[in-house]
Amino acid sequence: MQFPESWLRALVNPPLSTEELCHLLTMAGLEVEECRSLITAASADFSSVVVAHEFDDNLITLKLTPNRADCLSLFGIAREVAALTGAPLLLPAIAPVAPVLADVRGIILDAPAACPRYCGRIVRGVNARAATPDWMKQRIERCGVRSISALVDVTNYVMLELGQPLHAFDDAQLQGAIHVRYPAAGEQMLLLNEQTVTPSADTALIADEAKSLALAGIMGGEHSGINDATTDLFLESAFFAPAAIAGKARALGFSSDASYRYERGVDFELQRSAIERATQLIIDICGGTPGPVVEALAADQLPQRAPVHLRMVRAARVLGIDLGFDQIEKLIAGLGFAYTRTADQLIVTPPAYRFDIAIEEDLIEEIARLHGYDNIPAPPPTARLEMLPLPEARRDVMQTRRLLAERGYHEVVNYSFVDADWEADFADNASPVRLANPIASQMGVMRSTLIGGLVGALVGNLKRQAERVRLFEVGRCFLPDETHDNGGGQDGTGYHQPLRIAALAAGPAWPEQWGAPARPADFFDVKGELEAIFAPRRLRFERTSHPALHPGRAASVLLDGESIGVVGEIHPRWHQKYELAAAVVVFEIDLAPFLAAPFPTYQEPSRFPAVVRDIALILPQQCAVAALQDALLAAAPAYVREIRLFDLYQGKGIAPDAKSLAFRVTMQDTQKTLADHDADAAVAQLVKTATEQFGAQLRK
Amino acid sequence: MNNLEKLIAQATADFSAATEIPRLEEVKAAYLGKEGSLTAMLKGLGKLPPEERKAAGANINIAKARVESALAERREALRNAQLEAQLQASALDVTLPGRGPSRGSLHPVMRTLDRIEQLFRSIGFAVADGPEIETDWHNFTALNTPENHPARSMHDTFYLLDAAGKVRQDVLLRTHTSPVQIRTMLAHAEKYRHLGSMPEIRVICPGRVYRVDSDATHSPMFHQVEGLWVSENVSFADLKGVVADFLRRFFESDDLKVRFRPSFFPFTEPSAEIDVAFMHGPMEGRWLEIAGCGMVHPNVLRCGGIDPEKYTGFAFGMGPDRLTMLRYGINDLRLFFDGDLRFLSQFQ
Repeated sequence: MQFPESWLRALVNPPLSTEELCHLLTMAGLEVEECRSLITAASADFSSVVVAHEFDDNLITLKLTPNRADCLSLFGIAREVAALTGAPLLLPAIAPVAPVLADVRGIILDAPAACPRYCGRIVRGVNARAATPDWMKQRIERCGVRSISALVDVTNYVMLELGQPLHAFDDAQLQGAIHVRYPAAGEQMLLLNEQTVTPSADTALIADEAKSLALAGIMGGEHSGINDATTDLFLESAFFAPAAIAGKARALGFSSDASYRYERGVDFELQRSAIERATQLIIDICGGTPGPVVEALAADQLPQRAPVHLRMVRAARVLGIDLGFDQIEKLIAGLGFAYTRTADQLIVTPPAYRFDIAIEEDLIEEIARLHGYDNIPAPPPTARLEMLPLPEARRDVMQTRRLLAERGYHEVVNYSFVDADWEADFADNASPVRLANPIASQMGVMRSTLIGGLVGALVGNLKRQAERVRLFEVGRCFLPDETHDNGGGQDGTGYHQPLRIAALAAGPAWPEQWGAPARPADFFDVKGELEAIFAPRRLRFERTSHPALHPGRAASVLLDGESIGVVGEIHPRWHQKYELAAAVVVFEIDLAPFLAAPFPTYQEPSRFPAVVRDIALILPQQCAVAALQDALLAAAPAYVREIRLFDLYQGKGIAPDAKSLAFRVTMQDTQKTLADHDADAAVAQLVKTATEQFGAQLRK
Repeated sequence: MNNLEKLIAQATADFSAATEIPRLEEVKAAYLGKEGSLTAMLKGLGKLPPEERKAAGANINIAKARVESALAERREALRNAQLEAQLQASALDVTLPGRGPSRGSLHPVMRTLDRIEQLFRSIGFAVADGPEIETDWHNFTALNTPENHPARSMHDTFYLLDAAGKVRQDVLLRTHTSPVQIRTMLAHAEKYRHLGSMPEIRVICPGRVYRVDSDATHSPMFHQVEGLWVSENVSFADLKGVVADFLRRFFESDDLKVRFRPSFFPFTEPSAEIDVAFMHGPMEGRWLEIAGCGMVHPNVLRCGGIDPEKYTGFAFGMGPDRLTMLRYGINDLRLFFDGDLRFLSQFQ
């Protein structure tokens, strides 16, 4: 809501500077978004030293919250300023304009719930070509409303002044009585904005006996409006119920000043005085002779204003400060609300112009607002001191982030909506969750994998000449889930939305540095990260296939036998499409299983010395080390503590389809010092197992 | 000076003149070797009369010990010098960079969320979480924002298509973290229903939220932190106390100005917008909108399964992206979602 300060001052003029006035409004909940001097604007226009008095004004723009429709007029703002400051309201006197003609149009409320009150009046013999007086033109233009013609300007002026939207029909186009009714099935209308619409069955229309004239409270029709040739008017000043208007204009894809006001709530006692005010202004400017005001009323359909009980005890409890009964009474009285006082409460009847006073808390807000939020103390609160649980067998997400950051990874936050291509390429997801209204087509679907976003961020960084890239993200993925309640009611959303953590490595294994040989990061670097962050829990890895990953370099990550994610090299087929030069390794895992960290268990260290033996075995190339290691551990006597692979060799001296694996076997007993023959027996057992089950040969 | 004294002085001088150990050993031979002068003197004792022999032998032995001591001292000095020279030769350029991996970084907004969580944890707030595809009921209806409520147009909401390509009306991308309030209250009320009364709720709910908006100051995806305290008598004054305290601790600025100004949210009543003004720095003296808050609307408490006559609550919602921008002087919101290492690596 934009208006010139001078207009407000004409209605209420407290002894405050412009700045003080703006502060007052802001701190009362009518936020002043901008206060702009016209002098500055005018000087720029005229570059003259002397600025006319008429430019000595400020344009104030309020950012009104949807509950304060009562301040969508100068009168409403003035009423608020008067309540805040005690300054008198200086309203123009609105006297009924005596009818000169007897001409009337009947008004029939066929949709009384949508329109409980409708005032109409005929004015004949107006000069539609009369010029709008400068004072009026200036005021409406300074409110940001374009001057169109005197008749239209008057309706806009009264709307801005009093808050009542008005509509003027060309009476010559009307036939018979005015009906406020719902549309017939499929009924169409051509609106003033040249849009043809088919209003929904619950959209009220203004119609005569032959045709529809306007979308009630939203916009007039193309054929019934006034123009320069109009001589006879039919003026409408109606109250349309907020529920009947809410969302209708938006559903049709536009907004109007009238619908904006009606859906928030227009004073339902204002219609008669507004039509009188408009009539007087029309006669003054355009001439003409008025008929009587016809008012159709469905009193039982008008908004209810049930009394609201404001208990003093409750007010003090909610605000945390006791303002005192007398002070509260004074504040409510200052608002002009009707009330009665009992021993411990005020019983307040909200006025017709306030649609936001329905419960006790609404009144508590009013008194807090008038008292000033700034004047309510802000002490540190008191509460029972109870410690929060701190489960040790649980990692938190922030700790996880830090872990990866300390290992060289940079955290990114990628959009949850991605390019459908990413879903197809990196998740083989041909039917991702689609947005109905994406901001851009490449942000059209909800991701089911974090990998696309990481590759996208990698591509951006490669374009910015980064050579070594380490990224990670913690975020949700989105998958339709038939097992959830697909009703989308009070509980389930019908989507599985797991939190995941994913990381990506591309470029050298180490930051480029002197004295360390450069090599590109590979599968095992990233696998190592995963093992390190999961420690002390042990992961298992199994070859897998994954749309994003190299078929020979992809593994599913298993924890306690359950697959919780993947690790692998990005499939070379994506290198060209995404302009990736070198190998890119990623992992993506579910966060939930990761967060469960075991509580440490303790075993007394053995007092006896450990015996270490190395075994080198030659195995067929395709033998999986993990399987061998499992079999060795299973076959080993209990005193074998660890069997660790410490060397892998392929090349000279080894057949091309074989590999040499060297294991270090650590043995230690808790009860005795192991003898040589114990160690020999264990090694023999291990070699036997490897030979029999895996076709291994002992390497000499 | 007798001959022996002269000889000791000469030996000491000769030792000093030797600058390397092999040379020293040669010089040693001249005094202590088989043909050395001291050795010769000892051998010559037999020629002396017996009554002088004993005294002369003692003197020669003393002289010999002194020469040996001078030799040992010189030898030690030369060895030290040699070691010192070797150590010098193996000196490092200590200014060469150290070796090893580099550190990554936490996203700056996560640093902020971490600080927020820690500050609120210090006064007993737990952390709660909820889905990002949310039901319309949790995101709007339960928050006192029925269909067609004008407040819904304050949020430009992302909707989803179902498998048949139709717009789903029952779910959406959450426009704020407030639905987590509802989920928290429902779970809490349910947990303690059998007791007839319940302990306080004190939670914060950080997370991603979505609105159809995109420019230099708006991102279609951004972060929010919701806070909720429900108890038998928590008040608007408590809300002011907690939020003002938080903002001063967060910005580590005791003279930060904080003001509460009446506003409107369907889910709180009374409602307030919170502005801060810094006393220093580039933003000095300007009021900056930083959060919305208020007393939980009785209808919202009811939707959360809580009796508004018995309990009151306050809630606040703030934007950690904006807090981060103000704290580190970042001027473009889009940097947060760009994944640019040149930006991210500054937050180690």
